[in-house]
Amino acid sequence: MTQIVAATGNEAVANALRQVEPDVCAAYPITPQTELMQRFSSFVSDGKVKTELILVESEHSALSACIGAAAAGGRVATATSSQGLALMWEMLYIASGFRLPIVMAVVNRALSSPINIHCDHSDAMGARDSGWIQLWSENAQEAYDNTIQAFRVAEHMDIRLPVMICYDGFIISHSIERIEYLDDDVVKNFVGEYKPLYPLLDVDNPKSYGPLILPDLYMEVRRAHAEVYKNVAKVVLEVAEEFKKTSGRSYGLFESYRLDDAEIGIVILNSAAGTTKDVIDEYRDKGVKIGLLKPRLFRPFPYEEIGKALKHLKAVCVFDRADAFGGSFGPLYLDIATSLYHYRKKPVLINKIYGLGGRDYMPEHAEAVIEELIKIAKTGRVRSYKEYIGVRE
Amino acid sequence: MVTPLNLKELSKKELRFTAGHRLCAGCAAPTVVKMILLAACDYPVVVASSTGCLEVSSCISTYTAWKVPWIHSAFENAAATLSGVESMYKALKKQGKIDKEIKFIAICGDGGTYDIGLQSLSGAMERWHDMLYVCYNNEAYMNTGIQRSGATPTYADTTTCPAGSVIPGKPQPRKDLTKIMAAHGIPYVAQAAPSHWPDLMKKVRKALEIPGPKFMNIFTPCNRGWRTRTDDAILLSRLAVDTCFWPLYEVEKGVVRVTYKPKEKKPIEEFLKLQGRFRHLFEPGREQLISELQRMIDENWERLLKEEEIFASKEEEKEEVVK
Ligand SMILES: Cc1ncc(C[n+]2csc(CCOP(=O)(O)OP(=O)(O)O)c2C)c(N)n1
Ligand code: SF4
Ligand SMILES: [Mg+2]
Repeated sequence: MTQIVAATGNEAVANALRQVEPDVCAAYPITPQTELMQRFSSFVSDGKVKTELILVESEHSALSACIGAAAAGGRVATATSSQGLALMWEMLYIASGFRLPIVMAVVNRALSSPINIHCDHSDAMGARDSGWIQLWSENAQEAYDNTIQAFRVAEHMDIRLPVMICYDGFIISHSIERIEYLDDDVVKNFVGEYKPLYPLLDVDNPKSYGPLILPDLYMEVRRAHAEVYKNVAKVVLEVAEEFKKTSGRSYGLFESYRLDDAEIGIVILNSAAGTTKDVIDEYRDKGVKIGLLKPRLFRPFPYEEIGKALKHLKAVCVFDRADAFGGSFGPLYLDIATSLYHYRKKPVLINKIYGLGGRDYMPEHAEAVIEELIKIAKTGRVRSYKEYIGVRE
Repeated sequence: MVTPLNLKELSKKELRFTAGHRLCAGCAAPTVVKMILLAACDYPVVVASSTGCLEVSSCISTYTAWKVPWIHSAFENAAATLSGVESMYKALKKQGKIDKEIKFIAICGDGGTYDIGLQSLSGAMERWHDMLYVCYNNEAYMNTGIQRSGATPTYADTTTCPAGSVIPGKPQPRKDLTKIMAAHGIPYVAQAAPSHWPDLMKKVRKALEIPGPKFMNIFTPCNRGWRTRTDDAILLSRLAVDTCFWPLYEVEKGVVRVTYKPKEKKPIEEFLKLQGRFRHLFEPGREQLISELQRMIDENWERLLKEEEIFASKEEEKEEVVK
């Protein structure tokens, strides 16, 4: 029996963690993540989970402790946002280099300076090359579902990599939505018993973690590491397929919304996709052939699949909720452009930077961009390849 | 059965840190590691190290000198990393998935302990993880080429505080980390040196028997960084103790006890003169620098003895009350 509740994104992810019941969790407060780990701490205090909670003195130590705990040989989770993720940066690469299946909720928030506690994607985008799998979530339901699936993906024997579940700070973390929870035993069965691989605590078979590897072998090790990412998409789809059987909800590498017969399209991550889909419906009613692509598996980026899904369009706008200062375009735009580059016939691609530091993304913004795309599709003329929208001039 | 701490019995034990590591000839770090692991010989242990000489030289490519489970993740976080390992142990033990009595030991350089790793260490101790954190203290960042650390003694010549014509080496006093750790109120803190190996090993053993967080600061001569003879590590360690440059003491449940008092306190020159890092202090006109060092050492030693006295009298009082 599924349970239908009204809950915030943080509440939903805390509940998913309660149901999964990791062996060890490390936590350090940062808005807008804090509430998630507070709720989880109550589960620990009330004896609802047996998890060992490590209330560390920083996020650097949070991830370091998770690395130690995962290497020790058990299921591990943590959560953070913004500055916390930035402080973890060094350890992100070590977690993936060690192939440790740590699951981390990243409640997306802007990066300082200026300090700002509201949503944008700069934090997770800054970590996109760290070797973590990233699953992005439009709403609380997706955040909940992704959290449960993340353990299966991370712990899969063909993968053994850490996974981030990204969802928008405040917009999702603190808004109440309708959510369907799976039963506790359904979740427990779905994630299954943890299978350790080279656990440190197997003292009879001692292993060394964290060697020095010099130029004679470093490249081979990194190449072998890069190969692992080729297995991820397949496993993500397998896990999603199985999840559909238990939940009735289907997930892919990305969501394709009214895209098949479309002529113009929008690519956008997380909560803003919801607003955009509403506006797309209005335009569809007016006969405009427009669709949307919302990446879910952002790392490793499914280039081929996304290229195939977009190549038939005439014009596409990629929305980035993070800028790459001093770089050319926003981070999502760059990956979309790369996905399309090899096609002889491909859409005109423009980039909008929106919603930084919690600036509202409104239907009018989507409307203006759609009008612009219609014009580009008709005339082939582009006014501007990259610009900020929803910004006071 | 508890293995007695004597050479006859210990020599029968397997060395859990093997030969073939690439630390410099004459480096005291592997000696200290072997002493720690021998003292722990009755337990399975998991060891964590921070980035530094010991770490880069003990596990390279497909070779490892560690016959115990070992983890190095980064420079500043061995305590946090090991706190994760220990927490997983607790979790799995609670679930009945592990029944062994495993001990957790961090062995880290002074840079990774006094400086960049202090926060992580302080946090792990305050969270009361059941672990022994050992600093093998060679008084500088050796792995990166002998830069000053918070443990570098006053007037030592390092590559970042070189003895120049104006500034005679490190101008500041070293941080008293052992006291800082004692101030955490943890059950056991100690200073040791490999020249006094039964004392060192007794302290390791005592620490491992006490539940909760423990800290040991172990003097670890480095011939490369101190510019000394290759085979002088133990001699230098003994001189450090006999000059009271490195007092051997422990703080158990807040009670200070000096575990070795030199019969005759040697002048600091005897320790300094064997080391290239202090050579500039023997140049004419710099005599007052040595006397200043002597004064600092004397003051520290006197203070330590007074601290011991405070507790000694309390212990006596307690006994009287009982009577
Ligand atoms: C975050 C970070 N900063 C700097 C370094 C470079 N580094 C590696 S080892 C080391 C010094 C280690 O000194 P210590 O802890 O005293 O150990 P030793 O080598 O002296 O035994 C430094 C500065 C690093 N690896 N990571
Ligand atoms: S530089 Fe010093 S601490 Fe490092 S291996 Fe050589 S002797 Fe040992
Ligand atoms: Mg050092």
